[in-house]
Amino acid sequence: MGEVEKDTLMGFWTAFFAISFYLATLLFVGGVIYRIYQYATTPAPLKVPTMPAPMTQKGVIVRVLSEVVLFRSLFRSNKWIWLLGMMFHGALLLVIVRHLRYFTEPVWSWVALAQPFGKYGGLVMLLGLLGLLGRRIVIERIRYISNPSDYLMLILLLVIGTSGALMSFVTHIDIIHFKAFMLSVMYLDVFSGQYPIPIDTILLVHLASVIVLMIIFPFSKLLHAPGVFFSPSRNQVDNSREKRHVAPWALELETPKN
Amino acid sequence: MAKANFETPAFRPYPVIPIIKKDVMRGPGPYLAKPDMQRDLGFPEELVDDWHDKAIAKMGDLLGKYRSLRVYLDSCVKCGACTDKCHYMIGTNDPKNMPVARQDLLRNVYRRYFTWPGKLFPKLVGAQDLTKDVLDDWYNYYHQCSQCRRCSVFCPYGIDTADISMAAREILDVVGKGQKYCNEIIAKVYKIGNNLGLPDKALRNTVEGLEEDIKDETGVDVRLPVDVEGADVLLVTPSADFFAEPHIDGLIGYAKVFHQAGISWTLSSHASEAANFGMFIGSYENMQRVSLRVQKAARDLKVKRLVFGECGHAWRVAYSFLNTLVGPFDFLDQRYPIPQHICEFTYDLIQKGALTLDKSRNDHRRLTFHDSCNVARGSSMGGVPGGQFTIPRELIKASCNYFYDMPSDTICDQTYCCGGGGGLLTDDLMELRVKGALPRMEALKSVVDNHGVTHMASICAICKTQFSKVMPYYGFEMDQIISVHQLIGDAIVLSPE
Repeated sequence: MGEVEKDTLMGFWTAFFAISFYLATLLFVGGVIYRIYQYATTPAPLKVPTMPAPMTQKGVIVRVLSEVVLFRSLFRSNKWIWLLGMMFHGALLLVIVRHLRYFTEPVWSWVALAQPFGKYGGLVMLLGLLGLLGRRIVIERIRYISNPSDYLMLILLLVIGTSGALMSFVTHIDIIHFKAFMLSVMYLDVFSGQYPIPIDTILLVHLASVIVLMIIFPFSKLLHAPGVFFSPSRNQVDNSREKRHVAPWALELETPKN
Repeated sequence: MAKANFETPAFRPYPVIPIIKKDVMRGPGPYLAKPDMQRDLGFPEELVDDWHDKAIAKMGDLLGKYRSLRVYLDSCVKCGACTDKCHYMIGTNDPKNMPVARQDLLRNVYRRYFTWPGKLFPKLVGAQDLTKDVLDDWYNYYHQCSQCRRCSVFCPYGIDTADISMAAREILDVVGKGQKYCNEIIAKVYKIGNNLGLPDKALRNTVEGLEEDIKDETGVDVRLPVDVEGADVLLVTPSADFFAEPHIDGLIGYAKVFHQAGISWTLSSHASEAANFGMFIGSYENMQRVSLRVQKAARDLKVKRLVFGECGHAWRVAYSFLNTLVGPFDFLDQRYPIPQHICEFTYDLIQKGALTLDKSRNDHRRLTFHDSCNVARGSSMGGVPGGQFTIPRELIKASCNYFYDMPSDTICDQTYCCGGGGGLLTDDLMELRVKGALPRMEALKSVVDNHGVTHMASICAICKTQFSKVMPYYGFEMDQIISVHQLIGDAIVLSPE
């Protein structure tokens, strides 16, 4: 490959990934904000917390946090799913924190601190994902409720995790230039041509899968992330005897009668 | 009893995870509502020609009205945590009785018509067109859910299949495919005043008969007043309490409590039913209309307090929805909870020392307590979280010497439904009812074997009716189920004035 061809190729991939990142971010942020807006503005006309429920707003915050942070209900339900889910989500959090180093200059000290944990966290995440995929295939009941998209989503995450682990532990990539590219994307300087993306198959696969994940997020079951905060059975206060909760549409039903 | 054309499930030696048996509970579902019943509730008389468009339109309408429906349909990740939690799944092994699969019947159609991936790649995400087969599946399987909310306890997102099955039933009603049992009963409430269709006169005869029975038994004049204006308390209780064992003994118990406490009370012939089947069919309008009778009776009789009798679903509506539906109850005495459960009422009296109870009168019984699903997971008591579990148990312990709880994963908020709740307490669903009772019967068996338990007490009319019907299938006697207030009534020491 001649120098000119290589430059053209680099230019193409740089532009392709830059544009994809912008589009994916737009869809991800816009989509999630829209869904949150939709959840927040849909009325909840009758109080349906799963009892026993907290009787104060403070108690509700504790209840929702115990679900978000500790997966409390899942723990009561099934220890295996809890363990695998915890491994995946907990490790994912570490990995995301670790990745902040590619988006910040200088790197924040607490991010630097997370670096070694995040690196090995990636492996824990892969184990969790493999366990979840294994369950989905092996256990008859779970197989019955699974659609192609349920498998594909796990596979997509596995591709992200495996390509990431490969870059961490096997073939090291040109991380300096990649970070320069990423910062130029963030600061809208990418089309200057000064910061080309390193052409490395594993890196490009890694990035492409992340972009796909961002795009499908607001249209799929990944909405469980904002959804868990809006679940009426978890986020409502047990106070219906003390307080009326009439939705606007229900108020219209009342007017002619009284 | 007619010979059953199905097999009663065997007790499992240890709780194995059910193996799925596809389509074993497939079928036409319970009897359809007749045209006049549909008309009485404001629904089309039979399946309308444009049912497809109407159903989708109604789904869209409900998605805009109920946050629960939208969040629940979006959030499921198919983790499988709920798949072994439903008593109907455990009893029948039909995979569509797994909560997630039951939800998916509606979710798949939601995805097809309301989400981009479902519109563009239906196969990929399991989205499905609304066909006649799907509609029939809805009717069949959403009438195999007793709306007990056990799945919602275990779901990491709190997805409540009860809410989804209520939405599905409302859609079915709106396209003219209502269920006979629920809709006939609601129509009866509008016309006669209660679920059983007991007319005013029969009601008065019954309570007069009961007054005589109590007089014969105790020598004391205990009254069961009907429509007495100016009484302190209006008691609204399920009509089963006027009708049959073991319910009626509970009613006698309430009367003795009121008598000994010296609190004036009355029943109402206008609101002679506590249950509110409007909830079962997910109809806000019908639930509100049924509730309005209670509010009107309380106003007309000029009472100060409102107390509900032992009825599980009634208590969920009363505790969680009544104030919202037909409040405010500013005309009642604000020093007491509005409404109040009869167990809270009796418990307060015991705390104050206002009742004389002789526990030894129940010494021939060894008790356990069945937490009714809608009390356990849909309401509360006593103003503290979990009061719905402790207060009924305290009542039993105050009136009996022998009390033993069933295994901990079958009681309190993990309780199993009796198998007949949520509008399924009808003979045409007997197979489902018997099979759905399996986990509760297993739990009962364990305390019978280990502690010599002779009776199971309950505070729900549906539970009591269901158990007296299905217990014989599992080798128990039908009279082993009793009312909590029967125990109180039997232990209370009345002295002639």
